[in-house]
Amino acid sequence: MSAIDELIEDTGAFDCVECGKCTSVCPVAEINSEFAPRLIVVKAQAGLEGLAKEKDIWSCLTCGLCNDMCPYKVDFTEFIRGMRSEAVIHGALPVCSKGGLLQTMGRIMTSPELKQNRLSWVTDDLKVAEKGDIYFFTGCTAHFDYIFEEREIKTSGILVAAVKIMNSAGITPAVSNDEVCCGHDLNWTGNEEHFEKLMEKNLEVIKASGAKQVVFTCPEGMRTFEFDYKDIAGDLGFEVLHISELILDLIDQDKLQHKDLDGKVTFHDPCRLGRHLGIYDDPRDMIKETGAELVEMERSRNKSTCCGVSAFATCEASSKQMQIERLKEAKKTGAQKMLTFCPKCWLHFKCSTWKKFPGLEEEVDIPIEDATIFFSKTLE
Amino acid sequence: MAGEASTKPPADSEHHEAQTPPPGEPINLIAFCCNWCSYAGADLAGVSRLQYPPNVKIIRVMCTGRIEPEFLLHAFELGIDGVLVCGCHIGDCHYISGNEKAEVRINTLKKLMDMIGIDSRRLRLEWVSASEGTRFAETVKDFKEQIEKLGKNKIYIAQS
Ligand code: SF4
Ligand code: SF4
Ligand code: FES
Repeated sequence: MSAIDELIEDTGAFDCVECGKCTSVCPVAEINSEFAPRLIVVKAQAGLEGLAKEKDIWSCLTCGLCNDMCPYKVDFTEFIRGMRSEAVIHGALPVCSKGGLLQTMGRIMTSPELKQNRLSWVTDDLKVAEKGDIYFFTGCTAHFDYIFEEREIKTSGILVAAVKIMNSAGITPAVSNDEVCCGHDLNWTGNEEHFEKLMEKNLEVIKASGAKQVVFTCPEGMRTFEFDYKDIAGDLGFEVLHISELILDLIDQDKLQHKDLDGKVTFHDPCRLGRHLGIYDDPRDMIKETGAELVEMERSRNKSTCCGVSAFATCEASSKQMQIERLKEAKKTGAQKMLTFCPKCWLHFKCSTWKKFPGLEEEVDIPIEDATIFFSKTLE
Repeated sequence: MAGEASTKPPADSEHHEAQTPPPGEPINLIAFCCNWCSYAGADLAGVSRLQYPPNVKIIRVMCTGRIEPEFLLHAFELGIDGVLVCGCHIGDCHYISGNEKAEVRINTLKKLMDMIGIDSRRLRLEWVSASEGTRFAETVKDFKEQIEKLGKNKIYIAQS
């Protein structure tokens, strides 16, 4: 059986009845009429020929809207992930935004010679340790400060906010300068080899910290640990936890004293946090704890649309269009802010509010903020 | 360096430490030169028979504004010891402001490099006009000496 046939079997794509529901919800198909998830499977069955030049597998956002809709539970995102890695083996050049800078950064982090400086965001007022029960996985969030400097947002603020929240509940999280990129972007752009190297390094680092729980502010990182690392490495020996879950736990245990905020906000579900990990309620409960009013967008929870790019793969005209549509939707709720829980969603949306589309400024003009940062304001 | 904030990473001294390359292991440099000024400057150095280190390989680009940060980081990934970017003096770019954009990008990339753990002194931006053959030769010489002090870039990621 060829690798592709195996993939079709394993992901359940074999069960597809060509009902077309996936296409009806796919945000790429909505804009690009030539794109249809189902047809990618049909084309794949024709064999490996042309796989290296196949464009559609790179256009998919792996957002999981189709998975969620499919009556036969076809795991389409995993199918695309597998196809990309096959395509690369057959000579495809992955389509990556920023010229592949982020993937290069990930590969560089596999080098045993590297002496990183990844904790430069840790200011004196933050308490962190080398060891502890709770390890805080920071991933590449602080690196985005520089990669996207022109967007004038500091994603490292998410990390600072998370540590402040933990500190105020009496937790000193372990962090490590030897941690590396989780490998999410490499894994989703067809580079399993370097992905596995990164995984090994991270698991070693966390083991050395002695942590029983690993907290994430980045849903991509969390997804990668929860599914992809476990797939390869089996039981990780620690629990994987989202910051919103931790915050709610701490409030429950009366460990986190906080003030109330006012105002009206809306929440964008990141695909990795929502459809991939199934975490919809915790972020909402956490936001409600701040005292702010939460209003929902027309398409929310599992119907949430996409920020337009994932794994720093393709960023094209349709990505921009999706961002604009989403921002308009957020604006329509009357909220003063759109919160999200993913550094990349934040960056992607910011790209569209950032003086890029003359004439649309007013329609998309809504401040975007990370929900961890938003919550940390209740501590002030 | 990224953030004066007192940070906890292991002393940086290690990666800034001088390691003269072992004999037989030459320094590998790349110079990206824009077509209109710096490449002509490098050419002038050549036709004027100025001596400069043979360790440098020149890549001609239309403008420094064409150089994506990815090109530079990728060079370090492949074990290049130092990358020089040469463009027209500010105000002279043939595409008006390509060099200004390059300057912003390179300054940002340097901060990222330090965070990743590649000494940002391995990347240098210089303005060299078409008439500055001597300046080109001097720049390469000086850069090579600086990189020699920093030692070899030990990162090498095989591309499969
Ligand atoms: S929704 Fe599922 S069954 Fe229907 S066409 Fe798409 S993949 Fe096939
Ligand atoms: S994962 Fe998202 S973008 Fe890809 S085919 Fe499914 S719905 Fe479309
Ligand atoms: S043409 Fe020389 S820097 Fe733009």
